[in-house]
Amino acid sequence: MTALSPKITQRVAFSLLLASAVTVILPVVVVILVIVKNGLAAISWEFLTTMPRSGMREGGIFPAIVGTFCLVAGAIVFALPLGLCAAIYLSEYARQGMLSRVVRLAIVNLAGVPSVVFGLFGLALFVDFFRFGASILAGSLTLGVMILPVIITSSREALDAVPKSFREVSLSLGATKLQTIKHAVLPHALPGILTGTILGIGRAAGETAPILFTVAAFYLPRLPQSVFDQAMALPYHLYVLSTQVPNVGVPIRYGTALVLLTIVLLMNLAAVTIRSHFRAKKKW
Amino acid sequence: MPVRYKLKEFLFETIIRASGLASIIAVGLIFFFLLKEGTLLFQTQTLGDFLLGKKWYPISEPPGFGILPLILGSLLVTLGAAIISIPLGIACAVYIAEVAPPRIKEILKSGVELLAAIPSVVLGFIGIVTVVPWIKSTFDVPTGLTAFAGSFILAFMAMPTVVSIAEDALHSVPKIYKEGAYALGATQWQTIYRVVLPAAASGIVAAVMLGIGRVVGETMAVMMVTGNSASMPKGIFYPVRTLTATVAAEMGETVQGSDHYFSLFAIGIVLFVITFAVNMTADVFIHRRRK
Repeated sequence: MTALSPKITQRVAFSLLLASAVTVILPVVVVILVIVKNGLAAISWEFLTTMPRSGMREGGIFPAIVGTFCLVAGAIVFALPLGLCAAIYLSEYARQGMLSRVVRLAIVNLAGVPSVVFGLFGLALFVDFFRFGASILAGSLTLGVMILPVIITSSREALDAVPKSFREVSLSLGATKLQTIKHAVLPHALPGILTGTILGIGRAAGETAPILFTVAAFYLPRLPQSVFDQAMALPYHLYVLSTQVPNVGVPIRYGTALVLLTIVLLMNLAAVTIRSHFRAKKKW
Repeated sequence: MPVRYKLKEFLFETIIRASGLASIIAVGLIFFFLLKEGTLLFQTQTLGDFLLGKKWYPISEPPGFGILPLILGSLLVTLGAAIISIPLGIACAVYIAEVAPPRIKEILKSGVELLAAIPSVVLGFIGIVTVVPWIKSTFDVPTGLTAFAGSFILAFMAMPTVVSIAEDALHSVPKIYKEGAYALGATQWQTIYRVVLPAAASGIVAAVMLGIGRVVGETMAVMMVTGNSASMPKGIFYPVRTLTATVAAEMGETVQGSDHYFSLFAIGIVLFVITFAVNMTADVFIHRRRK
């Protein structure tokens, strides 16, 4: 076999690399096309704002939308203050050493815990041990623990990116460390923190396994009355419609998938937009 | 400074320091509660019967709590996903990091981010309506709900992890390595193949490991497309059941405090230990690269 010239080898190799790259993101195009094409027909004001009827084979998905909204709100209320404080500790207080290394490894591991294991954890701790029962509270807390690494990591990156001189100037003017963090560091890290929070919201809105045993109701055609109520949620509803209920009209499935996908992708779009907007405006 | 301020400052700093430990406490609590419930299974079962038993009949009389079929199911699906996603993911990372013009690069990177954002249950749904019928007709099998369908979907769920971490690894290769190769007359491809890839090897290994960790822990999509047959896997074109799918599918039907309930927590321990080990090892590889 004669050796190919290096130039031709390169051309072949680069074409293969391009083909691989296209293959990797092809599913994004396919998923969006298939769901938008088939789901759009199902979307109507009625579909979005009425209760499901006849064992979910007719009617709308209103309680699932409300349920997902409650769960996400609860998860953020829990995870944002905790995650932000953790990030402030890591960025402003922690010294390089054993403890900060253990914290970093814990974050990496928390991010890697399988989603269904979060479900087991939520069941054992929040549902049983704290006796919250299967409820919005238990589900929100479970999702909150799950998105904690997302919020800590992105907030920390945002805080680390604020130049050291900002802190030095503030401290030299006689401000305390806490005043410095509040007035000279946090305002500049806000876009990054916001980006991480929105990504966390997207993640929490789309996850199913952590809410399976902690909150999700199979079929509950009314709105939740308190945080101790069970609730329907969009991702679980889609799972139920596509595998558990026979003879569901195709448009209802696609419509549900479209609403869920739209919420999640809009969150990501918002996060990306904020990030690039502030990156362009940054003065240092 | 007034005492009031000092007190306030002290209070806030205490809260911040305590929050710093939140992630450690969370990981600790997860492991503790899995152990608390999961180990109760071993009052009636032996560890050997649990890990190596071939019969998963949790509600029969007498019950069988052998998770070997589930471990093999997870292994089979993961192996298939790895075979698809490793070469494609690394090739995609190389293209993004070394070859693509800036505009294309931005498009591809956003595409990979979007792929990571699609909820697992949506991919499972798309799998049911597209991949599963395709497998049934193309390979002429009785059902498309097979291990292969799971591997196929999971490969794409592993891709964002593999691509982004491998790309980081490629980026962190010092520029002088490449300049040295060009100065010796190497083409761009020769430089990538002979210099950049070997230099980034340990980061790429980490990327592959974290991708595999993601696949092992994936639940919803895999439960929806693999057919859920908890017997010993017969092959890639047969229905299988993974560890994660077993927990998700059966927890709703268990009686709290039964051996079945404890056994699902015991599976949770197995999953936690696997992903913990994968993440720790990957971290070692990432740090070796930085030295």
